[in-house]
Amino acid sequence: MTRKGKTIPVLTIVAAIVMLWYIGSVWMNAPFEYDQAERLSKPAPAFGELVTKTMAQERPVLPAPHQVLTEIYETTVLKKITSKRSLIYHAWITLSATLLGFVIGTALGIALAVGIVHNRAMDKSVMPWVITSQTIPILAIAPMIIVVLNAAGISGLLPKALISTYLSFFPVVVGMVKGLRSPSMSELDLMRTYNASRAQTFWKLRWPSSMPYLFTSLKVAVAISLVGAIVGEMPTGAVAGLGARLLAGSYYGQTIQIWSALFMAAALAAVLVMLVGFAHAYVLRQMGQKPGGALA
Amino acid sequence: MTWLIAALVFWITAWWLNQRLVAVDTGSNMVMKRGINLLVPFLFGLTIFVIWEFVVRGLQVPSVLLPPPSMIWERITNSLPILWADFRQTFLKAVLAGYVLGCGSGFLVALLIDRSPFLQRGLLPLGNFVSALPIIGVAPIMVMWFGFDWQSKAAVVVIMTFFPMLVNTVEGLAAAGNMERDLMRTYASSWWQTLLKLRLPAAAPFIFNALKINSTLALIGAIVAEFFGTPIVGMGFRISTEVGRMNIDMVWAEIAVAALAGSAFYGLVALVERAVTFWHPSVRTGTR
Repeated sequence: MTRKGKTIPVLTIVAAIVMLWYIGSVWMNAPFEYDQAERLSKPAPAFGELVTKTMAQERPVLPAPHQVLTEIYETTVLKKITSKRSLIYHAWITLSATLLGFVIGTALGIALAVGIVHNRAMDKSVMPWVITSQTIPILAIAPMIIVVLNAAGISGLLPKALISTYLSFFPVVVGMVKGLRSPSMSELDLMRTYNASRAQTFWKLRWPSSMPYLFTSLKVAVAISLVGAIVGEMPTGAVAGLGARLLAGSYYGQTIQIWSALFMAAALAAVLVMLVGFAHAYVLRQMGQKPGGALA
Repeated sequence: MTWLIAALVFWITAWWLNQRLVAVDTGSNMVMKRGINLLVPFLFGLTIFVIWEFVVRGLQVPSVLLPPPSMIWERITNSLPILWADFRQTFLKAVLAGYVLGCGSGFLVALLIDRSPFLQRGLLPLGNFVSALPIIGVAPIMVMWFGFDWQSKAAVVVIMTFFPMLVNTVEGLAAAGNMERDLMRTYASSWWQTLLKLRLPAAAPFIFNALKINSTLALIGAIVAEFFGTPIVGMGFRISTEVGRMNIDMVWAEIAVAALAGSAFYGLVALVERAVTFWHPSVRTGTR
């Protein structure tokens, strides 16, 4: 594969998707307009009229991109942040749960990985169960966890964050076990010849060399904890958060609201992953490594 | 109190036993080595269940919060027909159909864009980006478009599994080395021959990676999509309604079925992978 710029191909494909989307929205919303015309016993709308009408429906089957963007603009810029109709308010609620879960999950994942690397019994017994734990569709049982924790008197941020934790610790464990084991035999032997203690070997060799692996895992973990927070918001009775917006939108057939919540979630995910990427580049630069050089 | 002490004693015993077991020098005795490798995680799992059971009994946790494993097991054996009906609706219909369609179309699109470097450079970053998005959010839209039955759940699964497959296959198809490709050229082999004899086998580890990721994604997608509306059958439906009725043991029974199905599905894919990519270093065992 030749290495040329990516911008032009990406933009081309994005443009193609937007165009397909417009065609799709006309095509999918047209039956409604025909139906309306028939009910009012008017002649079926001509093509030009049809196109403008399908893009201005209140509850379209597939809203046109500009409708979604307008809705996002209206609910972010034009509304006060504290208002319950502000998308920023809902995004913040989701974001806080995501970040709390992400932090707990990362800490738990690193702790488990350290244990696994330093204790043979833990390596053999915990690792298979860590993998099994992920085959349980936690997202599916999220409602139960929320409801049960609520019944136990724990409500608010923590139950949602716990679901994010459960999802995000897994990539961190797997990545960190790999990373902490990445120093080669000769490097470990060198530490031995220095008579380094286990703690010294850990802090001076294992920990720094695991950094590229850690950040690669963190990117996955932050994306997945956002998913966890969104799903965790659905069963709380659609109070607040992006997940609640999705659910409320689906109850009342507010497709534009669903799509704008989806776009907001996508933007949030992109920003979070990008932030982790920046942190990655910064840490590696501080350590004197070229970003991506160690893993690529 | 006795229950708690019993739990503690069991835990310490199992921990001690595991520490002893991993320290055993098996030498060249392969059977014993494998036995220990199976026994250690088994003991760990058993410990978790025993502690769960004893602690729930010892602290008299109300079964609305956390039922003991024995109660869940009783519920499973008592309501097999319901569990089977839910399993058939969610897994056999929605998950399998969506998984096959999503992985298949991801694979085909990867083959199609393989011939155009332009499309590859455009689609790969987008595919990577989409993989990081909370795709599960399209579930309400799919339910609106395709109705309440399993088709809408399958559609969610298709979208969730498509992008991991696409990205991994494209990456895998680029994995064959230049030397090997040049060799195929000197044999004057066609694009198809190169694809079938060199590049697809070389891509197999990547493709199986995607298949494994997707096996868990598919189950999650189908179950979560059921929260947005279903006919009165299905694992997601059962979980959300039984939570509302505070029948937590039934919920745990569904979870057990889901975990079992998920693990079996993953295991099956992993087994096929072992058979197909027997040459790969991560599968090859031999004597080290």
